[in-house]
Amino acid sequence: MNDEHTADAYAGERLKLSPFHSRQAALNIRDAWASWNGYKFAPYYYDPVYEYFCVRNSCGTYDICPMQKYEIRGRDAEPMLNRLVTRDVRKIGLHRVGYSVWCTDEGRMIDDGTIFRLADDRFMLTCGSSCIAWLEKSTFGFDDVTVTDISDALGGLSLQGPTSCAVLKRMGFKGIGSAKPFDVMRFPFHGDELMISRTGFTGDLGYELWLHAELALQVWDELYAAGEDYGIQPYGEAATNMARLEAAFIMPAMEFNEALRTVHFEHDQTPFELNLGWLVDFDKPHFNGRSALWREKQRGPRYTLTRLDVEGNKPAAGAYIYPTRRCTREIGYVTSAMWSPAVKANLALAMIKTEHMDGDLWAEIYYEKELRPYRRIARCKRINKPFWMPERARATPPPDY
Amino acid sequence: MNRYDAIVIGAGHNGLTNAAYLAKAGLNVVVLEKNAYIGGAAVSRELHPGWVYSNCSYVCSMLRQAIHRDLDLSRHGLILVPYLGTISFGDGDGRLFAYHNPDAAYLELKRHSPHDADAMHRFHADLTRYSQLIRKTLMRTPPEPTSFRPKDILEFLYLAKQFWSLGEREIYEYVRFFTISAADFLDDYFENELIKAAMASPGIIGTALGVYSPGSAYILLHHAMGDVDGNIGAWGLARGGMGAISTALACAVRSHGGEICTQAGVRKVLVENRKAVGVMLENGDELRARIVVSNLDAKRTFTRIMDKADLPEGIFEKACNFKIRGSSGKVNIALSGLPRFSGVPDDRYINRGGQTFNGSLETMERAYDCWKRGRWSDNPFIESVIPSGSDPTVAPPGCHWMSNFIQYCPSSLSDGLWSPEKRERFGQTVIDKIERYSPGFRNLIVHMEVRTPHEIESEIGLTEGNIFQGELTIDQLFFNRPFPGYGQYRMPVRNLYMCGSSTHPGGGVSSACGANAAREILIDLRRPNTVPKDDFYDE
Repeated sequence: MNDEHTADAYAGERLKLSPFHSRQAALNIRDAWASWNGYKFAPYYYDPVYEYFCVRNSCGTYDICPMQKYEIRGRDAEPMLNRLVTRDVRKIGLHRVGYSVWCTDEGRMIDDGTIFRLADDRFMLTCGSSCIAWLEKSTFGFDDVTVTDISDALGGLSLQGPTSCAVLKRMGFKGIGSAKPFDVMRFPFHGDELMISRTGFTGDLGYELWLHAELALQVWDELYAAGEDYGIQPYGEAATNMARLEAAFIMPAMEFNEALRTVHFEHDQTPFELNLGWLVDFDKPHFNGRSALWREKQRGPRYTLTRLDVEGNKPAAGAYIYPTRRCTREIGYVTSAMWSPAVKANLALAMIKTEHMDGDLWAEIYYEKELRPYRRIARCKRINKPFWMPERARATPPPDY
Repeated sequence: MNRYDAIVIGAGHNGLTNAAYLAKAGLNVVVLEKNAYIGGAAVSRELHPGWVYSNCSYVCSMLRQAIHRDLDLSRHGLILVPYLGTISFGDGDGRLFAYHNPDAAYLELKRHSPHDADAMHRFHADLTRYSQLIRKTLMRTPPEPTSFRPKDILEFLYLAKQFWSLGEREIYEYVRFFTISAADFLDDYFENELIKAAMASPGIIGTALGVYSPGSAYILLHHAMGDVDGNIGAWGLARGGMGAISTALACAVRSHGGEICTQAGVRKVLVENRKAVGVMLENGDELRARIVVSNLDAKRTFTRIMDKADLPEGIFEKACNFKIRGSSGKVNIALSGLPRFSGVPDDRYINRGGQTFNGSLETMERAYDCWKRGRWSDNPFIESVIPSGSDPTVAPPGCHWMSNFIQYCPSSLSDGLWSPEKRERFGQTVIDKIERYSPGFRNLIVHMEVRTPHEIESEIGLTEGNIFQGELTIDQLFFNRPFPGYGQYRMPVRNLYMCGSSTHPGGGVSSACGANAAREILIDLRRPNTVPKDDFYDE
C-alpha cells in the first residue's frame, strides 16, 4: 500500500490528544467531547452536576494540559515579568504562586494567569490562551531572559475538592498537608519529579499537579488508585464553570474579552472594571499600561464587575440590568449566571455602570418552559464576598474531607 | 422563673424551623428537647467509631429550597448532594437499573419492556403535573372549608384556579388519583412486573397500607414531589448525614437569638383559664411563655403531655383515634467494604447509590399481610441506600454504611411485646434477605443498629414509630390534618400551636410544617411575617 491510502487525510483538522487522554476517554462514557486550545477536551465525563458535586463534596480531576505554560528564565526574568504584569513579581516568594493580569499600553486586559517562582531566575507563567508573541515582545530591552513554550512537554492535572489533600497523602506525598494556599512543593516520583501547587480554579481546597508529559499515565493511575476510596472523578468544562462562578473567578470570553483580539473600542476591560484593582501595584517599577491604569484609578472604572444574588431560581444568563422594575434604561449586563446547588442561591456576575452600583438593581430574565418563552423581572442583591468560600480552602493543614 | 415569648417542644427539624422563624421575628424563643441530641428523626449519630449513621430519615428531597436559602443553611454548613443510581431487585434474577442518563434509562426499561419504556414518558408527565399542583400547597395554610373569612375564601379561590388550570379531564383523573391504590394507578401505565414493583414502592414507604390499598397512590406522589434543585423526584443526601440539616437549622435558630435546651423533656403543658401558659419539665421546673408550640405528633401532644381536663370535649378521643400506625423498621449497618450484588455490573454510578429489594407487587402485598397479623415477613420490602458511596464524611475511607428501611414492621406483635431478642431476629431477617442478593454481605458487617417501631417511639418519640407523625391518607390530609377544624396550626387550647408533621403538609423532612405554623403564629402575635414564599422551578 502506498502512503496516499494509509495517511490520514484529515490529520491536519483533528484535535490533539492530552497525555491523559487514554484514561480520560475510558471514563468519558457518554462520549462527550469538545475542544480547548486545539486539544480534545471533555465538557463533562458523566454528568456536569454530578461532577460539580464531586468538586464540592469529594474530589475531582480536571485536565489542564491544554493550558499555556511558559518557562521564563535568566537574570532578567524577574524584571521582565515585573514589567509585563500589574502586580509586584518581586513579592512572589520562592516556591510560591501569584495570580496576576497583564495589560496593553491602554490598560486593557490581555489575559490573566499564574506566575510560579521556581528559582530566583526561573519562573513559570500559565494562562488560558497562547500569548507567546506578546511575551517575546515583552523581552525587548532585557538582555538575559528566555521564554520557552513548555505547554506540550509539561502536563498538568488539577485535583480539587475536600478530599484532595487526603488523596495526595495516601499517594505518599508526605508533608503536602503543610502546603499553604499558593505554595509549591516538589516530590520525587519514579526517578523524576512531581511538582504540586496548592492552587486551582474552584474556590475550594485543591491542588495542581505538574509533571513531564511522559509520566502522565503513571500519575493518573496512582492518583486514581489512591482516590478510589475518596470519591475521585474526572470533571469537565461544565463543572469547572459552575465552581469558578461560585468562587467568583473571571473567565475569558465570559467576563473579559482579550484586549489583543478586541475589535471594537473599549469592548475589552481594565482590571479595575473586573474588580481586580487589588492586583494593580502602582508602587512597583514601571509596568505595561501603568499610566492608563493610573488615570483609570483616578477617574474610576466605567463598569464594575459585580456579584449578584438574583431573586427566584431562573438563571439570569444574558440578562440586562436596570435600575427600576420598569426596565427602561439599561445600566449593565450579566456576564455569567447559574443556580448554585451548593449555596442554594441564584448567582450572577454582571458588569454594571459604576455610578449605578449602589442603587436598586433589577434583572430582566428570559427563560423557556416547554418551548414557550417567559420573562421575569427579578430584584438583585449585591454580594461583597465570593459566593462560595469554605474554611477548608484556606486551612493549613486542611481537613481530610 | 424563666419567661419566654415562645416555647417549642421538640428539636426535630420542624420544631427548629419554627423556632428559627419566630426568633427571626424578634421573639424570645426556646426549643426544648428531651434527648441529649437534637434533630428528632433528622439525626446523625456515631454509634460505632468512624461510622456516622442517619439513624432515622436517610434521604432528602422535600426540604423547601426557599427555607434552605432564606435561613442561609448552606452558610450554616448544610450541603445536599444528589446521589446516583438505584437498583431494583426482582424476586429472582430480575434487575432494573435506574441510570442517571435519560437515554440509558430508556434503553434499560426497553430491555424489560418496550411498551413500558414508552409508557414511562406519560407516567412522568402525569406524575409531574400532579406533584406540581400539590407542591403549590406545601407552604400555604390550608383553608378552613366551613369558614367565610375572606382569607379562607381567597385561599379556596387560589386552589380552584390552580386546579382548573389542569384542564377538565385531568381534574377527574386527579380526584380519582387520591383514592386509588398504587397498584391500580400503575396498571394504567405498565405491564412489566418488576417495573411496576419498582414504581410502586414509594407508595408504601412509611405507611400502614399495601400496594393494593386505596390511598397508596397518594403516598407514591408524596414521595415523588420533592426535588433537588428543580429535578423533580430526585433525592439527595445531606453531607454528614441527615443530622446536618438539624445542625444547620439549630445554627439558624441561635443566629437569630433563639435558645435550644437538650435533656429538657416536657412532662406537661400548663393550661390556665383555657390558655396555654407554659410547660412543666420532667425535672419539675416550670417555664412560662406567651405561646407554646408542640412539635410532637398529635396523639402524643394531646394524650401524653396534656391533661384531658384541659381539652375541649372530644379532642382527647380524636387524638386517641388519630391514625398513626407504626409500619416500618430501620436497620443501619456499618460495613468494612462496598457490598457487591449479584447480577449488577461494576459500574460506579449504579452500584453505590440506592437499592430497592422489591420482588413483585405480590411480594410486597404478602409482606403487608404479615404486618396485619402482627408479624414481620421473612421476605420484606427493603429500601436501601449506601450514603458513604457519595458522602466521604460518614464512614472511614474504603468502608461504607448501608441504610435499610424495612416495610413492614409492626409496632405491636401478635406474640407479645418487642424484646431485644425479637429485635435481633428482625435484624437477621433483613440481613438474610440482603445476603440472598449479595453473597458475602454478612462478612462485611462491622456494626449494626436495629430499630423497630418500639425503638423509634422510645428514642425519638414518634408514636408507634410512624415516620409521618400520622398516616397520609385523605382523611388526615390538608385541612383535615391533624383533625378537621384544626388544620391551621392553632390547637383547641388558646396559645397552643402545633408545628410537626402531624400538621399540613405532613411527613418528610420538608420544614414546611414548622414554617407554616410560624407564619400563623406571627399573624396572631401581630408580628411581621418572616417566612418566605415557596419557590418553584415550574413557574
